Amino acid sequence: MTEFLNTPLGVLALTVAQALALLVPVLIGVAYLTWAERKVLAAMQLRRGPNVVGPFGLLQPFADAIKMLMKETIIPSGASRLLFLAAPILTFVLAMIAWAVIPVADGWAIADINVGILYLFAISSLGVYGVIIAGWASNSKYAFLGALRSAAQMVSYEVSIGFVIVTVLLCVGSLNLTEIVRAQATVWFVIPLFPMFVIFFISALAETNRAPFDLPEGESELVAGFFVEYSSMSFALFFLGEYANMILMSALATILFLGGWLPPLDIAPFNWVPSPIWFALKVAACLFVFIWARATFPRYRYDQLMRLGWKVFLPFSLLWLVLTAAVLKLTGWLPA
Amino acid sequence: MIAGLAFYFFAFILIAAAVMVVTARNPVHSVIWLIAAFFNAAALFLIAGAEFLAMILVIVYVGAVAVLFLFVVMMLDVDFAQLREGVQRYAPIGAVVGGILFLELLLVLSVWRFAPDAAALRMAPMPEGVTNTEAIGRILYTDHIYLFQISGLILLVAMIGAIVLTLRDRPGTKRQDVGAQIARSSAVAMARPELGEGIRREDILRPLPPPAKEAPKPVTHEGGHH
Repeated sequence: MTEFLNTPLGVLALTVAQALALLVPVLIGVAYLTWAERKVLAAMQLRRGPNVVGPFGLLQPFADAIKMLMKETIIPSGASRLLFLAAPILTFVLAMIAWAVIPVADGWAIADINVGILYLFAISSLGVYGVIIAGWASNSKYAFLGALRSAAQMVSYEVSIGFVIVTVLLCVGSLNLTEIVRAQATVWFVIPLFPMFVIFFISALAETNRAPFDLPEGESELVAGFFVEYSSMSFALFFLGEYANMILMSALATILFLGGWLPPLDIAPFNWVPSPIWFALKVAACLFVFIWARATFPRYRYDQLMRLGWKVFLPFSLLWLVLTAAVLKLTGWLPA
Repeated sequence: MIAGLAFYFFAFILIAAAVMVVTARNPVHSVIWLIAAFFNAAALFLIAGAEFLAMILVIVYVGAVAVLFLFVVMMLDVDFAQLREGVQRYAPIGAVVGGILFLELLLVLSVWRFAPDAAALRMAPMPEGVTNTEAIGRILYTDHIYLFQISGLILLVAMIGAIVLTLRDRPGTKRQDVGAQIARSSAVAMARPELGEGIRREDILRPLPPPAKEAPKPVTHEGGHH
């Protein structure tokens, strides 16, 4: 068995097995995230939410999935066919391949690469292509306007996410995600870098096109924004991609600020719980805040969105970056 | 061997994508081919062991520059017939420029050799146990700090220049003053409803309706001539 695993074919088989072991839970998580979102929103709005299909509506995501599969895929006659079909696939694939470097426990990443955080940043910055290409290929004015909004929005908020990541990296001294979590063994970065955590979280909302920054979808003025022309499975892929990206951004927030798989205190009842469970719990807590924000805040106006990104977050995160660097240098805490 | 095969695979796609960039008819397709070319260049960096450069190439060129390209190109209202007319007219000039470049490349390729400094650098490989991110940082922020800072300044000047050229102060634009808006105390009344009960009608401060006028006397028809 060990011999086989050392051959190229064995490595391939092992990697595929690892990828499945990670992606299947992620996809089930996506399915139940849609259910949880509807339940939580319903509870916050004094409604019941899905409660017909299965106990507590637990089978609702599968009913929705089957419904999506049964529907007809409609391609508008004016659409650029290849790109029109490629856009949802791109969105979904990007949301999946980012998981390759996420460590759910110490050493449990499929690929524990040196530049893990840069890889994640690169993949998340590519997410915008799915939206732009969908908007352009649909050949529809609503879809196009949604795509334009999204392009400007995602590029703007990436800048502040970049600065937040640099601040964390200054405290860690490594681009490796496992090292980033290990560096939080004494104190989670959410405590010393709390303002950066807030900026990161709000930017993550904007980056995943979630409320209150869901202008690319803007159903009240753009019908459904960039995916207005999509139906059936191509629509479902956008949906899956959006929710998988939410989970990914929550995982990133967990790794950067909430101590990844580490228990809150390294004492008896806490460290009995296995690391992946801690990781999942923290991700779930972040996801709850995503949904909570959706239930609480009305949608931003476009100029307010741009003002927040460029005139508030960018200068503030830049200032905090310089401040962090200065404090680390003066106190001698700078990692070697 | 796998690395060698992968190199030729990515190199071939890179060149094919680059050819498609200049031959694709639709400018949006051109940009998408350009993105494919960037990706394959990043893969070549990875094969060479330069993982940091590969990631930065994707982040900067694919994640930011090409997005803006696509953004602009999608907004262009291009007349393809007119575009092709231009190709006919400018083809000889393009051919001459291309020919000169090609000649220069030939000259360079025929007489090139390593500069003595570069040869010395090759004798000092990357230190052991240092990731290439750190290795780049070590020389970029020490030996080449002035060049690095100057290139940063050039970019800054270019950015400020672009803003200065395009900024116009148009009179009559409405701007939101968030501070003033929040500071208005009389405009919004806050209510704190009980959970599950919702807001009661009395909590909403509405101007009272104007006092009802005396109802007009109903018209009665007495002694009409029907």
